[in-house]
Amino acid sequence: MRTPISYFLLVSALLFTIGTVGVLVRRNALIIFMSIELQLNAVNLALVAFSRQNGNLTGQVLAFFSMVVAAAEVVVGLAIIVSLYRKRRSADVDDASLLKG
Amino acid sequence: MNILAPFIPAIPLAGAAVLLLTGPRWRDRSAGWLASAAVAVAFGLAVTVFGTLVSRPVTLRLSHVSLFEWIGVGSFRVDIAFRVDPLSTVMALTVTGVGAMIHLYAVDYMRGDPRYARFFAYMNLFVFFMLVLVLADNYLLLYVGWEGVGLCSYLLIGFWFERKTAADAAKKAFVTTRIGDSALLIGLIFMWSRFGSLDFDRVLPHAHALANGTATVMAMLLFAGAVGKSAQLPLHVWLPDAMEGPTPVSALIHAATMVTAGVYLVVRSHQIFEASGVALTIVAVVGLVTAIYAGLSAIGQDDIKRMLAYSTISQLGFMFFGAGMGAYSAAIFLLVAHAFFKAVLFLGAGSVMHALPDEETDMTRMGGLRRAMPLTAVTWVVGWLAMAGIPPLSGFFAKDQVVAAASQAGRIGLWYAALFGALLTALYETRGTFLTFFGEPRHRGHPHDPPSLMRTALVSLAVGAALAGVLGLSATSGLLPKFLTPVVGPTKEAVAGPSELVLSIISVAVALVGILTAWLVYLSGRIDWMALRVRFASAKRTFQRGFYVNDFYSGAIVGPAKLAAAFVAYVVDRRVVDGTLTGIGRLVSSSAGAARRAQTGLVRTYAVGILLGATAVLGYLVVRS
Repeated sequence: MRTPISYFLLVSALLFTIGTVGVLVRRNALIIFMSIELQLNAVNLALVAFSRQNGNLTGQVLAFFSMVVAAAEVVVGLAIIVSLYRKRRSADVDDASLLKG
Repeated sequence: MNILAPFIPAIPLAGAAVLLLTGPRWRDRSAGWLASAAVAVAFGLAVTVFGTLVSRPVTLRLSHVSLFEWIGVGSFRVDIAFRVDPLSTVMALTVTGVGAMIHLYAVDYMRGDPRYARFFAYMNLFVFFMLVLVLADNYLLLYVGWEGVGLCSYLLIGFWFERKTAADAAKKAFVTTRIGDSALLIGLIFMWSRFGSLDFDRVLPHAHALANGTATVMAMLLFAGAVGKSAQLPLHVWLPDAMEGPTPVSALIHAATMVTAGVYLVVRSHQIFEASGVALTIVAVVGLVTAIYAGLSAIGQDDIKRMLAYSTISQLGFMFFGAGMGAYSAAIFLLVAHAFFKAVLFLGAGSVMHALPDEETDMTRMGGLRRAMPLTAVTWVVGWLAMAGIPPLSGFFAKDQVVAAASQAGRIGLWYAALFGALLTALYETRGTFLTFFGEPRHRGHPHDPPSLMRTALVSLAVGAALAGVLGLSATSGLLPKFLTPVVGPTKEAVAGPSELVLSIISVAVALVGILTAWLVYLSGRIDWMALRVRFASAKRTFQRGFYVNDFYSGAIVGPAKLAAAFVAYVVDRRVVDGTLTGIGRLVSSSAGAARRAQTGLVRTYAVGILLGATAVLGYLVVRS
């Protein structure tokens, strides 16, 4: 018996929500970054689940692309956070509010 | 030799340019000498041009010197062109001759003034514009000179601009004459629309073909310009105030030359006035009313310069009256004679002010100055008798011809009025003379005759005032009337009234009555004139204030205009216009202030925005499907 897709989607939604809340409430750039990863993976999970449901590999291929892009994004993102930390001695995103009007 | 004509104005212009550009470098009185020399050279050139003109046969006494085309638009063409004819040469000779003497006088009079060079620069500039005015060969160039002399008048009345009264008087003169100037400009445009040209030679010979009404309108517009410039009723109010300027300015601009430009304009354009039928009568009546009005006002003046200012207005009125009677050469004759005797009187007044402490101008605090200042007194007496019309001085012949013109034209009512005006002239001028130079001394200080240069100018002008009469011993066959005939036509034959000799006798009698009356009141000692002043204080005040015309203008025109200006400035401009603009500015800045709060710079806020937006879009898609 196949696990119904709703379980996967529920987990995916749960992960995405945790990630979203993490992005919104945490101040440390690293934690926020991790939360974004959580969101990405939640979406990957949903993609794979739908792929299996539909018997179509497109969703899984897309999940692979997503992972590759996420890896590249981690490289860039971490570099930004490190240089931000070097400049300000803090990884707190609220300190980096130079763009306010 | 008429190629010299453009140099007559050019040399004073060069003098003005040099003095304006290098002003303070001229030490001591050198700037004054330079300016006087420029005008003197211009006079010499004018004499040369005059000589060549006289050497020609009468019919050939006209030449044009065109320098270059100034405006060429389609068929409309205006040249910078000068005209050498009897009228323009007479005017140029008067302007440069009297001007040179007044410049010479000012060399000493203005000594020690901190803006000495600038004064002479303006004076030379004035002479330049005045010469452009009288030598112009078309109305537009005449208008350039016309505005230029107005500008110089403004600059020189307000020469001592540290005094508020002087600055105000300058503005008043400029604005008041501008009313007339605008009318003149409209007149020129109108003239162009009728003739397609502004050249004297293309307008004046064809003026007789104009319809009566058209000619009247054109003539009245020109005359309005003349009224402003020559301080006739109702635009005369600026001239008495213009006495705030230095005395040589009053003598040159506000007596001898600029204010006579209106008379010149009327005489120059007489064909237009004649084409109208009524215009000349209006000119004569305005002139006569002004002459009498200003004569009465002059009687009430205690300030020596204001007295002379009103007397100038009055004499200009006589000139217009003469022109209005068709006695153009008599009007020009009076203009020339007046330039001499009024310059003498003004410069005499300047010498008196120069000699008394604090530049005293109040005649009630003078008296008996003839002992302290014999030479000034003698020249003044010449000017006084010339003006009053005592033969054989110039004023007698000139004024006699003007007044006689009314009788000879058969207009007895106007003639009586003109005689009354002449009586007033003798009366106020004698009053001024007696108050200043005769009777008991009432002055302070130790007055003395002015330095030699001023004396030279006074004596030369006095000689001119005495002898200028030879120009027009007879209205029909005198030198000046005959010389002017090519321009203004022959003097009209008498159609009515007594002979010239009888008219002259009447004229002299009237002058003597005026002088005797003044003698009785002010010098004989039989009447206490100080007591009279008190007894007739209200009449005196009415005369002194010029029948309250100025006060009427202040109340009826200047006051409301100022109110309207204040309304526009403080309500319309500041509240409405500025209010709208600052209102828009404030609206933008306050709404921007509200909107900028949305931009916190915190990534999380933006993330919430993205989340909400995405949720909204998804929600919409879900609801729609």
